[in-house]
Amino acid sequence: MIPDCDGAAITVAGLHKHFGRVYALRGIDLEVRQGEFFGLLGPNGAGKSTLINILAGLTRADAGRAAICGYDVRADYRQARRALGVVPQEVVFDPFFTVREVLALQAGYFGLKGAANRAWREELLTTLMLADKGDANMRTLSGGMKRRVLIAQALVHRPRVVILDEPTAGVDVELRASLWAFVRRLHAEGHTIVLTTHYLEEAEVLCDRIAIMRDGRIAALDSKEALLRRAVHKTLSVTTREPVAELPAPLQAKLHRRTGNTLEFVLQQGTDSIPEVLEALRLAGHVVIDIATEQASLEHVFLELTQRTA
Amino acid sequence: MNGFSALFYKEILRFYKVSFQTVAAPVVTALLYLLVFAGTFKGRADVLPGVSYVAFLVPGLMMMSMIQNAFANSSSSLIQSKVTGNLIFILLSPLSALEFFAAFVAAAVVRAFAVAVCVYLAVLPFVAVPVRHPLFLLFFGIFGSAALGALGVIAGVWAERFDQLAGFQNFVVVPLSFLSGVFYSLRDLPPIWRDLSRANPLLYMIDGFRYGFFGSADVAPWFSLAVTGGFFLAVSLLALTLVGRGYRLRN
Repeated sequence: MIPDCDGAAITVAGLHKHFGRVYALRGIDLEVRQGEFFGLLGPNGAGKSTLINILAGLTRADAGRAAICGYDVRADYRQARRALGVVPQEVVFDPFFTVREVLALQAGYFGLKGAANRAWREELLTTLMLADKGDANMRTLSGGMKRRVLIAQALVHRPRVVILDEPTAGVDVELRASLWAFVRRLHAEGHTIVLTTHYLEEAEVLCDRIAIMRDGRIAALDSKEALLRRAVHKTLSVTTREPVAELPAPLQAKLHRRTGNTLEFVLQQGTDSIPEVLEALRLAGHVVIDIATEQASLEHVFLELTQRTA
Repeated sequence: MNGFSALFYKEILRFYKVSFQTVAAPVVTALLYLLVFAGTFKGRADVLPGVSYVAFLVPGLMMMSMIQNAFANSSSSLIQSKVTGNLIFILLSPLSALEFFAAFVAAAVVRAFAVAVCVYLAVLPFVAVPVRHPLFLLFFGIFGSAALGALGVIAGVWAERFDQLAGFQNFVVVPLSFLSGVFYSLRDLPPIWRDLSRANPLLYMIDGFRYGFFGSADVAPWFSLAVTGGFFLAVSLLALTLVGRGYRLRN
C-alpha cells in the first residue's frame, strides 16, 4: 500500500492565474482527500489544465496557495513533486531513447536507483503491456503505447497522488478499458487519483467526488450522488397508438421532441410528475402503448452547470 | 543516482547516440579548416616565437570546436525538448535549478572535450603540438566550454523556435568564435580591429588555451584566466536566474 500523506492529498486556496488579459483561474478553493478518486470536469478553457499545471509546478500562480500532501508546490517543491505523478494530456516523448531508458532516467531524476526500483519499472512495463517493447525506441511505438509509457513515467517514483489529464483522449475502446482497470488498481492500492476527462460517463462510473469548473471557478463540488440529485430535468418518452395531432395545453411547454407516435417530454425534477402527464394524455383521448424514462446523468448536470449563464 | 547525475547521464547519452553528428562531424570540420589554412599559409613566418603556423592553428581550432559544440549541446537539447514537449518530464521532477543547470553545462563540457581530444589525436601524427602548461589547458578547456554551455542554456531557455536558436548561433556564437584569434595572432591585426577583438571574451579562452600548449600567447595568461572565469560566472549567474525563475519554462 501507498503511505499516507500528512494532511489532504491536494489543497488549493484562493488560486488566481491570468495570461495577459485572459483570466484562467479566478479564486479556486479545493481539497482532495487522501485515497479519493476525484473528477475534475469542465468545458475547454474552464481552467482545468492551468490548475493541474500549477499543482505540478509547470505554471506559477499569481496568487493563492497549492499543496500536495501538505507540501507547498513552490516552497517545498521537491517533496510536493515526489508526492505527485502527472500523466500529461498530450502524447510527448523523447525520440532519443528506448522505453526502458526513459523509465530509468525518469526514476533517476527522482534520485531512485537500485534493484527495487528496477523491479517496479519492470512491473509497470508488464502491467501496461509494454514488456516486449522495453528496448524499442520511443519513435517506433504506436500512439496507444506512447500513452502507456506516459503513465509508466508518471508512476515510476510511486507517487501518492496521481493526476490523469484526459488519459483516454483518442484511445481505442480496448485500451481504455485496460487503462481504467489499471487506474482502479492504483486507487485500490491507496493512490489518490484525480481525473480530468471529456468522457463524462467515465467520471460518473469511476469518481467518488467531482468538481465542475467553469470560467476559472469551481461551479460545483460534491459527491457524485449529490451532483446527480442536482439535476433539474429528466426525460419521459411516451408512445401513443395514434399520432397526437393536438397536445393538451399543459403538456405543450414540456414537449421537447416529436418522432412519429413518440413524444419526448422534459420534466422538472420534483415538480412535474409522470402520472400527471399520462393522465393528461388519457383525458385527451390518447392511448399510451409504451413509456420510457431517462434519469439524469452526469452529462445532464454538467451541461446544466456549464451552460447556465454566469 | 541523484537527480543531477541522471540528467547529466541523459544528456551524455543523447549526444552519444548521435555521435556521428555531434562528435565526428565537428572533428572533420576542424580538420578541413586545418587542411585548407595550413595549405594556404604554409610558408608563413612563425606567429608565436618558435611555433609554426600549422601548430599555431591546432589549439585555436580545438578551442573553437569546443566552444561551438558546448553551446550546441545544451542549446539544441533544450530547444528540442521544449518544441517536442518532453521537457515536461524534467520539469515535473524534483530537480533544483542548480542541478538542472549543472547537468546541462557538465554534459556540454564532456562533448566539447570529446571533440577536442579527437581533433588533437587526429592531427598528432602530422603536427607536433607540445603541452607546456596542462593545468592552464585544463582550466581554459573546462571553463571556456562551460561558459558556452551556460550560454547555450540561456539561448535554449530563451528560444521558442528553432530559427531563433539558429539566429543566436549564427549571428552571435559563430562570428565571435571566428573572430577570436583562431586563425591569426592579435599582433597581426590593425589597431582598431585589435581593440575590438579585445572586447570578445572568446578571444581570451582561445589565447589562454593556446598558452597551455606553447607557453606563449598574445595576452597575459592570468588576465585571460580572469576574463574566462569572470565570463563563466556572469553567464552562469544569468542562466541560473532564468532557470530559477522558470523563464519560458514554467509558464
